Amino acid sequence: MDFNDTPEEATFRAEVRAWLAEHASQHVIPQGASLDDTEEVVRGKAWQRAVYDGGYAGITFPKALGGRGGSGVEAVVYAEEEAHYHLPKGPYVGIGLGMAINVIAKHGNDEQRARFIEATLKGDLTWCQLFSEPSAGSDLANLRTKAVKDGDHWIVNGQKVWSSWAHRTDWGILVVRTDPSVPKHKGLSFFVVDMKSLGVDIRPIRQISGASDFNETFLTDVRIPDSNRIGEAGEGWACCMTVLMGERLGASGRGSAVEPLIDYAASTPGANGGNALDSGSARLALAQALAEERGGKWFEARLRTMVSRGENPGALAGMVKLAYATRLQKTNGLAMELRGLDGIAPSEGDATTRAIHYDYIWSTVMRIAGGADEVLKNQIAERVLVMPGDVRMDKDVAFEDLKG
Amino acid sequence: MNFDLSDEQKMLGEQARALLAERSPFDHLRKLIDAGLEWDEPLWHEFGAMGFLGANIAEAHGGLGLSALDLGVISQAIGHANAALPFLSSIVLCADAIQLAGSEAQKAKWLPGLASGEIVGCFASAEGPGPLFATRTLLEGGKLCGVKTPVADAGIAQIAVVLVKGEGFALTELDQPGTTRTKLDSFDQLRSHYRLEFTGAAAEALPEQGKLATLFDRAAVQGAFEATGAADACLHMARDYALDRQIFGRSLASYQAIKHKLADLAVQVELARSNAYYGGWAADEAPGALPAGAAAARLTALAAFETAARENLQVHGGIGYTQEANCHFYYRRERMMAVTLGGRDYWADRLLAGHRREAV
Repeated sequence: MDFNDTPEEATFRAEVRAWLAEHASQHVIPQGASLDDTEEVVRGKAWQRAVYDGGYAGITFPKALGGRGGSGVEAVVYAEEEAHYHLPKGPYVGIGLGMAINVIAKHGNDEQRARFIEATLKGDLTWCQLFSEPSAGSDLANLRTKAVKDGDHWIVNGQKVWSSWAHRTDWGILVVRTDPSVPKHKGLSFFVVDMKSLGVDIRPIRQISGASDFNETFLTDVRIPDSNRIGEAGEGWACCMTVLMGERLGASGRGSAVEPLIDYAASTPGANGGNALDSGSARLALAQALAEERGGKWFEARLRTMVSRGENPGALAGMVKLAYATRLQKTNGLAMELRGLDGIAPSEGDATTRAIHYDYIWSTVMRIAGGADEVLKNQIAERVLVMPGDVRMDKDVAFEDLKG
Repeated sequence: MNFDLSDEQKMLGEQARALLAERSPFDHLRKLIDAGLEWDEPLWHEFGAMGFLGANIAEAHGGLGLSALDLGVISQAIGHANAALPFLSSIVLCADAIQLAGSEAQKAKWLPGLASGEIVGCFASAEGPGPLFATRTLLEGGKLCGVKTPVADAGIAQIAVVLVKGEGFALTELDQPGTTRTKLDSFDQLRSHYRLEFTGAAAEALPEQGKLATLFDRAAVQGAFEATGAADACLHMARDYALDRQIFGRSLASYQAIKHKLADLAVQVELARSNAYYGGWAADEAPGALPAGAAAARLTALAAFETAARENLQVHGGIGYTQEANCHFYYRRERMMAVTLGGRDYWADRLLAGHRREAV
């Protein structure tokens, strides 16, 4: 056990730190600045290009595919150092780097790897994820968007939802049903789709936060060449699993979400004099949250050690997000209470309380997206604790014969 | 960076666990309770012979000179088995206090016997309800005066390290005039507690001052390992019972009410274990990071054990309320551990004060 860098890691960290000091500041988005979506993507691509040119894109990807050919620990060190800067790194780059290139590398062919991976690492290609549907969220394999073969193309019809940044990205990773006559997990296929294709209609979703990060994407007679199919027809579920595993272990280099709330409590007048952090209940709740957050950080580190040894943490990875999202909601809700009515209607210029509002709203997404709490708990129970699966009505039934 | 125990540490933990599984099964614990025994004396001597007691004591003083993490995997195994051993009292508190604050002569006199298990020590700090370190007990002219209560394992101990006024430690032998031990009714049936009254008992000071908070930090890390082991045992006991139990025509373990409860608990246990690893590492390698590291480990481990002890019994249903089932050992032990080494307010303060100062 050694929580310090080895000499090699320390050298790499120093190198990254120096490189960031020289290159990152001109790409930083000032706190509180609200950029127009198009501008944010332009800046995100520019930063990713700089990262690529610096040799830090796709750290764990082989050099032959345009990556650095480095270790998982190097990726962690880089992410930790980069997190000190507020850089344009939204889903428009994250989905490409964390999902699309993984699935293409694992399930795609050489031509697809050559075409998409390096271009994504360079920031030339941005991606969105076309997975969920109105009746396929936690039960993703229930999806209805279908693709029918037509010569060397597929004709796609259906509706996707919760596609982050679909309106500003170049390509999408898409899972569709190609065979309704087999049970639902077996009849799926995976594609990459050019978002400028004819028949792709993107409509922003008006969210409870007031923003529109997510979209509905309608696909009407969209023609996708068979050469854009990733993996064999019918292999779509395996591709989705590759994507989702990346999603669950992807988060890293995150700063503390609890520390700012402790500062906030310490600078908020207390109901009984002193400050809000003097209140025993608030103090205990925030200390407990901080202790759990620290545990999460070291737990994630343990998982990375597993990965670096070639072990698969599997459903253990879901624990990190499950704990994080629940805590985010609880602690930001508490912070609003500490402030009394001011927590609801802050004075002008109180950007901190408004940021807490945003996190309290955003925590609802965190508890649902990338595996809802309940899905993760099932996975932990079934795969980590080896408890039985749920009773299922849809097993071994052809998709077209399912009710509802 | 390497966030895992070494192979040697894993093996040490396995050895301790295997010995406990063989010598200290639950039926054995029931027998100890029925016989009114205060500890598992033969097992204690086996622990001494295996080197487990001296793991973290210097080689020069008869120990193995291993790290706090090595001691941690042993604490974890003890917590897992709910063993009736005065490990926290004698090794984690008494021996460590002598290591931290004792003179060379005191170390040479007492540590070898503590490491071998021939001597059992206890640690007397509490004086009834009130602030954690408030004490009126005085050491004056080599005489100890005051009342300490409750003191764990004082009935079987030959020596005690006693917290005295001024945050210093006194070392005293318990079998002497001027010392009265009165057994109390302990909620944990496998950890006895005593009232100790000193009326001029001979004692000597441990010369190093200012070690109290560090002693508690180091002990909190070991307590966190112990609680993590116990929580993990409860989690798996509940899981195994649910797998076995049929209800409404299927396994109890197939219901989401049970699965989700245990999944939540599994998360708590892993966060606690991760904090315990960090605390164990910091205890030796990064003293500046120890206060916050110990406090985080303490808070998460005790929270995990609290949930685990309660929900394990709940999953068992009515059978969990019987002495024949094994839930009650942990249900009682958890409350004892929750108050040993200070309550959560102390550790919340310690975490908030220490978190910013450490360089993580």
